[in-house]
Amino acid sequence: MAKVVVVTSGKGGVGKTTSTAALGAALAQHGQNVVVVDFDVGLRNLDLVMGAERRVVYDLINVTQGIAKLPQALIRDKRLERLALLPASQTRDKDALTEEGVSRVITSLKQMFDWVICDSPAGIERGATLAMRFADTAIIVTNPEVSSVRDSDRIIGILDAKTVKAERGERVDKHLLISRYDPARAARGEMLSIEDVLEILSTPLLGIIPESEEVLRASNLGSPVTFNNPSSAPARAYLDAARRLMGEEVEMTIPTEKQGFLGKLFGRRAA
Amino acid sequence: MTSVANPRQSPRFVCRSYMAVALAPEPPLVDWIADIEQKIRDTGSFLVGPPVVLDLSSVKLSKSAIAHLVAQLEQRGVRVMGVENVDPSQMDAALPPLLRSTKRESADVSVPAPKARETQREKQQQVRETRSAPATLLLDKPVRSGQSIYFPDGDVTVLGSVGSGAELVAGGSIHVYGTLRGRAMAGSNGNARARIFCTKIEAELLAIDGHYLTADLMDMALRDRPVQAWLEGSALKISALD
Repeated sequence: MAKVVVVTSGKGGVGKTTSTAALGAALAQHGQNVVVVDFDVGLRNLDLVMGAERRVVYDLINVTQGIAKLPQALIRDKRLERLALLPASQTRDKDALTEEGVSRVITSLKQMFDWVICDSPAGIERGATLAMRFADTAIIVTNPEVSSVRDSDRIIGILDAKTVKAERGERVDKHLLISRYDPARAARGEMLSIEDVLEILSTPLLGIIPESEEVLRASNLGSPVTFNNPSSAPARAYLDAARRLMGEEVEMTIPTEKQGFLGKLFGRRAA
Repeated sequence: MTSVANPRQSPRFVCRSYMAVALAPEPPLVDWIADIEQKIRDTGSFLVGPPVVLDLSSVKLSKSAIAHLVAQLEQRGVRVMGVENVDPSQMDAALPPLLRSTKRESADVSVPAPKARETQREKQQQVRETRSAPATLLLDKPVRSGQSIYFPDGDVTVLGSVGSGAELVAGGSIHVYGTLRGRAMAGSNGNARARIFCTKIEAELLAIDGHYLTADLMDMALRDRPVQAWLEGSALKISALD
């Protein structure tokens, strides 16, 4: 049975779209059939990060409105055959999304793919709540800084209230993905430590993605970072996170500046 | 030990609960209103004068139908102060306010025996009275930012942390077995003896019976320690528990 995953955060600019593309590509590289869906109607970015912006004909809104069929709107990735993208509209806005339309699209996608990954827009209104509505699993992307953590706490509360699963009395599986982690700044106490973030959010950790120029480079080249440079630090972290998402036990690596100082850095607390 | 009395506090806000008689109209409305009129003739003061709440769960009424019902009752001396169990879209500013009952239990109260005859229909009337009994709300998951827990009937206990931007409002005391980062308002019904306990304090605001203390006035030495807060007169005091 296909799994519907929502990648959300509350706060904007923390790495949802980057993570959706990277995890989607990583899962496809592991042989899974994956579709990534852009729910940021009006401010779409997933097509750019996936390098598909020149092949968009139809989008999610067209499909929900019945103007186009789902296979017409899906864009197959040229590099990874098991990866597809359902882009968002750039000319409309989130009010054009309807719950019934989204429900129909998700149901169809579940029959075609192993993983349906929904890239949520920032915020807590309609776009974000519709992106999470039909999710089985949620990945909450958080930067280790106070505003992002508080917004993530808010979105976790909303995941337990506004999803179909929550309304049925079940629980959406939640995973925390800490992104843009800078070990040097954490050591100086300028950023929250991993333990602080986990203590405040009380949610299992899926992975820690280090801050890296590789992400911007990959984004501008239109290639998910796990595909563009698989040996880079963020790519390796995303690949590990994808394996954990599939249920594998993978030891957590805390990103470091130098080799071999894992223990010391893990023990440090924010000043 | 630390105490702060804030001499230039802004007006106190307190939640209070009052007793009201709840009437539940049942269809057909015309007959129900006639029965009420009969009851007033028989028992009089029971319904005329005290505040009355209309429970509209058994009837489906439009905005204008609700207004008409209220007017009909007012004409007979029944003063409707609130309405409950109706869709908020059916309400507007001209109608009595929509009330949210937080108490599920209710007890049947024996209606004073009418001096004159009793009709069959009177047995269908339900007059409910809300009873206040000590109760505790137990939450075994963390309270997330933006969530608002409102429990005027007693104590609130949280097994977990309370996030920044969350709020707990309790009629009794508040107990947090975790870090309290949001707002805690105890004794909201005017209970000055309520207290607030937590295993780690990083609270934004504490209040007991309307007297509040914001984070910037709390003693920094107490941060990250288990504390209790209580009211002495109009001053909120906090002290460490360890």
